[in-house]
Formats: sequence, C-alpha cells, structure tokens
Amino acid sequence: MNVAPFLAIAATKSHTALWMFLSFVAATLVVTWWSARRSSGAAAYFAAGRRITGWQNGLAIGGDYMSAASFLGIAGMIAFNGYDGFLYSVGFLVAYLTVLFIVAEPLRNTGKYTMADMLAFRMSPRPVRAMASLSTLTVSTFYMIAQMVGAGALVKLLLPGVSYEMAVVGVGGLMIIYVVFGGMLATTWVQIIKAGLLITGSLLLSVLVMRHFDYSFPKFIDAITHVSFHKNGVLVTQNFLEPGLKFGAAVTHGWGPLDMISLGLALVLGTAGLPHVLVRFYTVPDARTARASVVWAMIIIGAFYLMTTFLGFGAATILTPDNIVVGGKPNDNMSAPLLAQALGGEVLFAFISAVAFATILAVVAGLTISASTSFAHDFWTNVVHHTREHRPDEEVLVARVTAFVVGAISIVLAIKLQTINVAFLVGLAFAVAASANLPAIVLSIFWRRFNTAGAVTAMAVGLASSIALIVISPSVMGTDAKALIYGAPLFPLKNPGLVSIPLGFLGAILGTLFSRERASASKFTELEVRANTGLGAEKATEH
Amino acid sequence: MCFRLLSPIRRGSIRGMVPPESPGSEATRGFHGSPPWEKIAHDPDFRRLLADKIKFVVPATAFFLVYYFALPVLVGYAPKMMSTPVLSQLNAAYLFALSQFFMAWILAAFYVRAALRWDREADAVLKKFDLK
Repeated sequence: MNVAPFLAIAATKSHTALWMFLSFVAATLVVTWWSARRSSGAAAYFAAGRRITGWQNGLAIGGDYMSAASFLGIAGMIAFNGYDGFLYSVGFLVAYLTVLFIVAEPLRNTGKYTMADMLAFRMSPRPVRAMASLSTLTVSTFYMIAQMVGAGALVKLLLPGVSYEMAVVGVGGLMIIYVVFGGMLATTWVQIIKAGLLITGSLLLSVLVMRHFDYSFPKFIDAITHVSFHKNGVLVTQNFLEPGLKFGAAVTHGWGPLDMISLGLALVLGTAGLPHVLVRFYTVPDARTARASVVWAMIIIGAFYLMTTFLGFGAATILTPDNIVVGGKPNDNMSAPLLAQALGGEVLFAFISAVAFATILAVVAGLTISASTSFAHDFWTNVVHHTREHRPDEEVLVARVTAFVVGAISIVLAIKLQTINVAFLVGLAFAVAASANLPAIVLSIFWRRFNTAGAVTAMAVGLASSIALIVISPSVMGTDAKALIYGAPLFPLKNPGLVSIPLGFLGAILGTLFSRERASASKFTELEVRANTGLGAEKATEH
Repeated sequence: MCFRLLSPIRRGSIRGMVPPESPGSEATRGFHGSPPWEKIAHDPDFRRLLADKIKFVVPATAFFLVYYFALPVLVGYAPKMMSTPVLSQLNAAYLFALSQFFMAWILAAFYVRAALRWDREADAVLKKFDLK
C-alpha cells in the first residue's frame, strides 16, 4: 500500500491549518499594537478606559467564557454520551441570570477594577483585599493550567509536527504579549474576534449538519434516536436522547445525579464569582451598559450552547463514536474538528481548528489580566502600599510584571503536568468562585450586618473546603494507576459545590455574628445608594 | 451623625489610590462635598425603588433556581419518566432542557423591561437631590 497520498494530505492539512492559525495570530498582534499605542494610565490599562460598548462587551464576555472545554469538550461528550452531554450545556447559560439579576450592576456602580473594590468599600480594606486577591489568583491559576494543558494537547493533534511544549510556549507567549503590551483593550478585542469566529464556525457546522439530513428535523431526530456503534466489540443501537448514559445512577454507583446537581450549583452560582468575568463589567461606561452587555452575552452564549445540539448530535449520527478516533484510540475532544473534516473537507477542518486555538487564547488572556489586575490593584497597591502609589503608574507596571510572571509560571506548570488529567481544575475554579467569592459579593450587597470578619471567613472557608473536597474526591483519589493520589476516595462527588457552597455561606454568617464592626453597617447605607443609583460611580475616561 | 464625620477619611482609605490622570475623587466631581447618602437612603421614593427591585429579583431568582434544578433532579432520579416521547420522538428530557434556554432569555427580557422603569425612578431620585 502506498502511503504517499496520505502524507500529502497530512501536509496540506497542516498547511491550511497553520495559515489560519497564523492569520489569527497576526490579526491579534495588530490589535495589540493598536491598543498599546492608545492606552496610557491605569483606567486604560485595567478597564480599557471604560469605553467598551454594550454589544462589544457582551461579545467579549462570551469570548472570555466559552472555553475550548465547552467547544470541543461538550461536543465530544454529546457525541459519545448523547443527552447527558447536552445537560452540561444548559447550566452555562442559566448562570447568567445570577450575573444579570444580582451582580453586574451593583459591581459596576461601586467598584473600580476588581471585585474586591466592592467588598473593600464597606469593610476593612486590607484583610478583604488580601483574601480576595488570594482567591482570584487561585481561581485564575487553576483555570489557566487546565486551559494550557488542553491547548498543548489540542495543538499537537491539530498541527502535526508541533510538539506539546512548543504549543504551550506559543500559547503562553502570545497571551503574555496581549496582556503585557495591550492590556484590557487588546484582551477585549482578542475576545471579541474569538467570539465572532466561534459563532461563525458553530453556525457553519450546524447548517452543514442539517444539510446532511436534507434540512429535515424529523430525519435528524430519527438518526439521533438510532445511533449504531461498537461497544466493547459488540454492535449496539442506542437512543442518544435518553438520559443517563454518562451521569445515570446505573453507571456511576448511584452518585451521578447528585454530582450533576452539585456541578449545576457551582455553574449557576460560580459564574457570578469568576474574576475574569467580573472585571469585564468595569470596561463599560456605566451600570446600564453593563446590563446591556450581559443581555448581549446571554444571546451569544445561549446561541452557542444551543448549537452544541448540532455539533454533538451531528458528530454522534454522521460520524458515530466508532469514527471519532485519533491514532487508533477514541478521542472525544476531536469530535467537532473531525465532524468539520467529514462535512467540509480540510479547509473547514483547518478553520474549526483555528477557532479552537483562538478560543483558548482569548480565555487565557482574560484569566491573565484578571489575575494581574487583582495582584497589582488589590494586593500591591492596597495591601502592601496602603493605597499609596510610590511612583506614577506603578500599579500598571506591577500588573505588567505580574502578567509576565503568571504567564511564565503557567507555561512551566502546563509542561510539568502534561500527562495528568487536569480537566477537574475547571470544575474546581467554578466551585471556588461559587463557594468563596459569591457569598462575599451577595451578602455585601444585601446584608446590612455583614462585615469584614464575615467576608474573610466566607472566602477562606469557601476556598479551603473546595480544594480539600476535590483532593479527597474521585477526581484526584483512585485505585487505578492514573489517579493522582492512590486510595479509595473519601468524598463521593467529583464536584464539591453541593457541600462547599453552603459552607462558604455558613462561614460568612458565623464570621459576622461572632464579631462586631460598626463602620461596615453605616457604609452599607452609602453602598445601597451607590449600587442602585450609580451616584459617584467611576466614569469613562475622556480621550 | 458619627458616620458623616468619619466619611471623608474612610472614603480616602477605602476607595483606593487615585490614578494620576484624574486629580480628585471622581465620586465627588460635579457637586460640592460628599453627597447626602443618608438622606437619599431614607427618601421614600428611593425606598420604593429598592422594594420594587426586591419584588422582582427575589421571586425571579427563586423561580429560575427551581426551574433549573428541576432538570438534573428529574433527569437524574426519574430517567424513565423523562425518556417518554412527547413531540414525535423528542422526549421530555430534551424538551425540558431546551426550554431552559428560552426560560433564561424570557426572564432576562422581563428583567430588562423592569430595569428601564427602575432607571427612570433612580434618575428621579437623583434629580430631587439636584445630583443629576
């Protein structure tokens, strides 16, 4: 058998993909150069001068939020497990109701650059800022390592010839360039471009899936209810709309449904506590624009997750799990790219691969800027230096250095952890955000009595309990060779939210009730007026 | 009273450092001294605005939480029932999941409509105090 034609295909495939990668990178570097020329001063660097419009910020929130784990991961989960994968999609949109109803507008009205601004408004600034900064850096680091390890593995598959290390260094290096030189403005535009590409790619794939079924929904649904594939060597036909193939009690020793509820809780409450989502609300001129941007984000994010029906069930029916194979092994992450290849040939495969790459870059850039903003603004200026800048523009300088350090550390960690399954770190980031950040944010908006001790206890308990529960969960402990810690898991759920979120709230309440602090209650009056009228809120910078 | 005496000092320490490009706190630009936070907070129109918001946000949040968590609970603990075909071959589980998207969008639309009214009410309160 002559292998030459296959090699030729591989070569053209990698070239098309490479050109698409490079044009995306070139476009984002132009944006960075343009942003670096325009931005000067702290508000420009940290908040893009607060002059991002509603639809732009909505797209950027979508770009910040929809990770490769969603794009490739959920499509793959649906392709292999049907309905249960789609169940995953729902929580990501519903979560934005919490953001819209409770967090976005008060946060914009009472803060400057970080979520800690709002907490520090009522409370003793140094302890709450130090704690909030710790929690922000933890969430961002976990999330970032998961993204970078995913990026390395993905680029290796999509661009044969590029090693894991090269991919990680490339992604990390680009992310550092965007954030260090372009600040929030460049990060925002990278996210907007990515959101546009992701929606275009998903829409294209969805239309092609429907074309495959002659644009007939009944035909498509009929195929979904009769998916034939090999399971342990036996050909089976399964109804992929049936729930329970992945999280059902029968396949998970009974804990699956509870785990799903725990995950849902972390998604629905954690999104409103994710630092990289929250910082986006400081980039718009006022609370009304912040509200409009959540609505735009809900349209974009909802449309995308709705389309996972076509991407996932399309891959399940057109390819069937039998054909989603890389190097002889089933690989669910490749479902969407392989579906693109089957429906639109190499060019579409290359385009979808480039979209996945753009997706990762936009998310890690958002994480890096939120981590470095929190370190520079909360920890450096307000904790170490007692609110005084020692040199002009010191805060921005510290943030740039932090972005570089955070990027470098992530590259090293991602290379060290490449063989470990780190997917659980994304769940952990949501759990920490929901258990540590959300109780502090919500109670400082709504509870007059809430105080410094309560906020610090909430964040400490939420952070510690999420991490501790993950460490003793089946995500980390196990009795097979792949487990990080050998031994039977002590906590049955993979998602700690169901326990750690109530613990965070409990910490907040007990910490408050067992301490006395007057200022916090009287400042509550001012916070209430600011949060609900926008009086005294940070204005957009004049150009 | 105690609060108002303390307020300027605490404000300085809490609102964080002032960026070099904007001398003076942006919060107080446009009016002299600190706004009368206490007076506004006790204004009947302002209290009504807050009550209005709570009247929307609390039931709406309770509704979407119940509606959303009904999905994993029903699918997880009554998978047989949720597998029943409802609309030709589409089963209850899929239709319920699909309905969550529209639930979220519709609730968001209701919120935006109510928020436009709150914007007008908030502006009216600020006008009353000559702050807008």
